Amino acid sequence: MNSLHWSLILLACIFVVLYGLFPRNRAIAFTYLRYVVLGIAAWIMLAPFAWLICSVIKDKDVLMTYTFLPPIREWSRETLNLDNFRALFAGEQSLRGTVYFWQYIVNSLFLACTMTMVQLFFSSLGGYALAKYDFKGRTWLMFYMLGTRMVPGLLLLAPVYKMMFNFGWMDTYWALIVPGAANVFGMFLFRQAMLNTPDSLIEAARIDGCGEFSIYYTVVMPLVRPMTGAFCLVTFMGSWNSFLGPQIYLQSKAKLTLPVILNQYVGVYQQQYGVFLAGTLLAIIPPAILFFALQREFVAGLSSGAVKG
Amino acid sequence: MRNNTSDMPYPESSTLYRLKTRLVPWLFLAPFLVLTCTFFVYPFLNAVALAFRQTNGPASNVFVGWDNFRFVLTDPDFHTAVKNTTVYALASVFVQLPLSLGLAMLLNAGRSRVKNLFRLVLFSPHLVGQIFVGILFAVLFMPRYGMFNRFIQALTGWGLEQRWLSTPALVMPALIITSMWLYVGFNMIYFLAALQNVDQNLVEAARIDGAGPWAEFVHIILPAIKPVAVFVVVLSTIGSYQLFELPYALLQGFGPKNAGLTIVGYLYRTAFDSGDLGTGAAIGWLLALIIMTISIVQIRVAKAMGGEA
Repeated sequence: MNSLHWSLILLACIFVVLYGLFPRNRAIAFTYLRYVVLGIAAWIMLAPFAWLICSVIKDKDVLMTYTFLPPIREWSRETLNLDNFRALFAGEQSLRGTVYFWQYIVNSLFLACTMTMVQLFFSSLGGYALAKYDFKGRTWLMFYMLGTRMVPGLLLLAPVYKMMFNFGWMDTYWALIVPGAANVFGMFLFRQAMLNTPDSLIEAARIDGCGEFSIYYTVVMPLVRPMTGAFCLVTFMGSWNSFLGPQIYLQSKAKLTLPVILNQYVGVYQQQYGVFLAGTLLAIIPPAILFFALQREFVAGLSSGAVKG
Repeated sequence: MRNNTSDMPYPESSTLYRLKTRLVPWLFLAPFLVLTCTFFVYPFLNAVALAFRQTNGPASNVFVGWDNFRFVLTDPDFHTAVKNTTVYALASVFVQLPLSLGLAMLLNAGRSRVKNLFRLVLFSPHLVGQIFVGILFAVLFMPRYGMFNRFIQALTGWGLEQRWLSTPALVMPALIITSMWLYVGFNMIYFLAALQNVDQNLVEAARIDGAGPWAEFVHIILPAIKPVAVFVVVLSTIGSYQLFELPYALLQGFGPKNAGLTIVGYLYRTAFDSGDLGTGAAIGWLLALIIMTISIVQIRVAKAMGGEA
């Protein structure tokens, strides 16, 4: 018998008591049971995060000793410290000089931000053309776009790789940024959002002598703010977490992104889990921050359609 | 007043205006059109040609007819990959999705503030990329030290030394557990949205008529959420068949005796580790064929089942 057993038994006992105590209103006992199950599920979801945070601040000598943190009376410099981060940021030798870990963070941030900006611009521009202009071939174009969504991207992996080689784009960020710069998913998303923007506003701007591009940029884009937030969040996370592209196109160490290098570190730091776990923790933080910052816009973007009169 | 015709910069009758309105949408779509021709249409056609060629790296190739397909279809590793991926897909649909639905139903009955909190907590794993989840769980599953084994040990008094990731029979269960942690909350969001649209009057009426919880679930809730359920099943299957990054990071490769080799893993190994892009393209076609067939069958089955009800 250990504390885990005791807590489970306690939870079960409370249910039995509630069940017996309110024979007229069994709903109370079942509501309690529902929250217990949800609580356990939430605990399972959060436990790996908690464990990760505990692991990276433990010294490597006590890493194996405690599952989470050592008891408070044993807290000291020897048990809890930031040595893992120090080792992580110390830098390592490569063929072209020392590479420091912050370089990978900068690479990942640069790539994710650039890709988000580029995709935001081209996708919204295309979506605007599809939503607000009536032109010959629009229906066919949309059918074509839907068709491209049916083809799994992995089918194109080998031929695109060959193209990148012929372009001389191996080991450059062009190979990662350019192919997806105007994507079908984003164009449909923005088209849907822009269909709801009032035509009268665009007409008014046109009559006032506003150029077509300025209408898109200064009139329509501000109206689809929530969708923009949601799109940026999804694109940033997709790029930040992407592995296969950087893994096959990037070669020199100084250009690698976090997913690629951390995956390599698992092999390099075999006996020092703390080091690559520290890197993993750092890699999880930016998308989380962005998610909580944009959460409201994200939800608003998902439930868009309700336009303020 | 500015909105009078003579003040307009381009009167609607002028040729310039007409040319402009006709050109503008195509101008806005130009980046997409250029990119989709270069990185979709051309590689797509190229994927056909490439599948019939033997390549050694991106530079050299010879026409070999159906040899690539013949090789792949008779390769025992490909059979292993198809088997593993299918087991994973079945587990996603028959274990993970019911769990998502169960959690969504438990959550749907609660108060809205509690609901939002739990939804956020259960969704949070999805913010972490597959690679980072793989790295994290590779350590969680470690014998002795890993949290997972310690938890099993605390619960059952057995299992501390279990080598999940180096025992072929345990690789798939470990992979499925990991993917459940990552995706249960994500799929739950879809079910939750669907459950909120279930007609409460119908539920009330069924309860008054004395329908038990099971009858209520089968005859009212399930038909109401069917469109979303079909969507989630198809999406989840398509996603499962494209699995690569999670097992690749979790197992640091493809596992003992290829126990964690997926179809995309097999494609990656053939095309990029061995440099055989032609065979890679052939595997891509087979994968596309598998995904298409299964999606069509699923949608057909869903329609047929709808006909009975």
